[in-house]
Amino acid sequence: MPDPVIQVRGLRYTYDDGTVALNGIDFDLYPGETVALLGANGSGKTTFVLHLNGLLHGSDSVIVCGLPVIAANLPEVRRKVGVVFQDSDEQLFMPTVLEDVAFGPLNLGLSPEEAIARARKSLEQAGIASALHKSPYHLSAGEKRRVAIAGVLAMVPDILVLDEPTTYLDPPGQRELLALLRQLPQAKIVVTHDMQFARAIASRAVFFEKGKIAAAGSVDELVSRFHWRSE
Amino acid sequence: MAAYFFLLCGSVLLARLPLKAILLRAAVVLPFSATFACVSLLSGTTERAIGIPVKSFLSALGVLLVVATTPLPQILKALESLGAPRIALLVIQFLYRYLFVIFEQAQHMRLAAKCRGGFGGGHRSKFKAAAGALAVLFGRSYERAEGIHQAMLARGFDGHLRLLSTGRIRAVDVAFLTAAVAIPLAFRIGAGR
Repeated sequence: MPDPVIQVRGLRYTYDDGTVALNGIDFDLYPGETVALLGANGSGKTTFVLHLNGLLHGSDSVIVCGLPVIAANLPEVRRKVGVVFQDSDEQLFMPTVLEDVAFGPLNLGLSPEEAIARARKSLEQAGIASALHKSPYHLSAGEKRRVAIAGVLAMVPDILVLDEPTTYLDPPGQRELLALLRQLPQAKIVVTHDMQFARAIASRAVFFEKGKIAAAGSVDELVSRFHWRSE
Repeated sequence: MAAYFFLLCGSVLLARLPLKAILLRAAVVLPFSATFACVSLLSGTTERAIGIPVKSFLSALGVLLVVATTPLPQILKALESLGAPRIALLVIQFLYRYLFVIFEQAQHMRLAAKCRGGFGGGHRSKFKAAAGALAVLFGRSYERAEGIHQAMLARGFDGHLRLLSTGRIRAVDVAFLTAAVAIPLAFRIGAGR
């Protein structure tokens, strides 16, 4: 078995108000696989993924591609782990799509010309090259999600983390997103409440409960074990 | 002055902007400049008293013309190259990007309140409800700001904002700049004779 691209051992995190969000998480992600994170609201899924590129710092170890997530490694860790946030409006903060997608490459130290080339390439990869000079405010929810993904792809990450990627998307938008994600070769972690989407994309799943991973298995196994369906 | 006024009005019409609305909007500066004009009048400098409101009105008209015909990112880039403080430009940039989002959120809240009877009751209770809504809006905006900061950090932001400088001076820009300088200069020389 290849080495995991993400290795988490005994991760704990408590918010300032005393809420224990993570209570001893062990987790591995292997190259090329897609893992769905399932569980109730407030079970710790989003808190967990925010640790993977050092946006939150809990106790014990998180290792990304052999690098411990510590302050000295943050630039490299953030290049390797691309996070697509639930609310695209928070991710698209620059005045135009081009400038937004080029934001990450510029932070990596690329020249403006190289950053523009990267931005164009990743917008094409995400199927939204036509929006290059548009303002993010004028895009539809599906287009915003594609641009947000392009912004992350422009950093050429090894791992993609998507937090509730189907939120605000209509069914065609969800289908398009699924097709796009299937094309991308990176290992992926997908936080989702959408079981149909989870089934379609994930090779395995883990179920979060009260800050712990309560179970791991296929999406169908976890859905039936935790009665995790809306109907 | 009249020549400048007609030049600006001509440009407004050329840009297919509503002349009357633009003139009214530019007139917003008049009460302020009129105050200074009164002071000048009282100190006996009539020429300056006339010049202050006229110049401020023409300046406002010019600013409105630029703002109405140029995308904000380009204006910000121009201001940056003129040496405007970077932090002020960043604040304007973020304000421009999120003003509509916050406005939309406020509209949703107003609609939700309306669906449940609106801000009914007397002035006092209306004021209380509006103040509460404003507090919620502030809380949400703060949360959003936190989210934006996290999204920036996630893409390698280290406190220094690096921007693309995509602006290029084209032949049409050179032509415009030449005309924008030459025409007022011609008026000035003509008036001096």
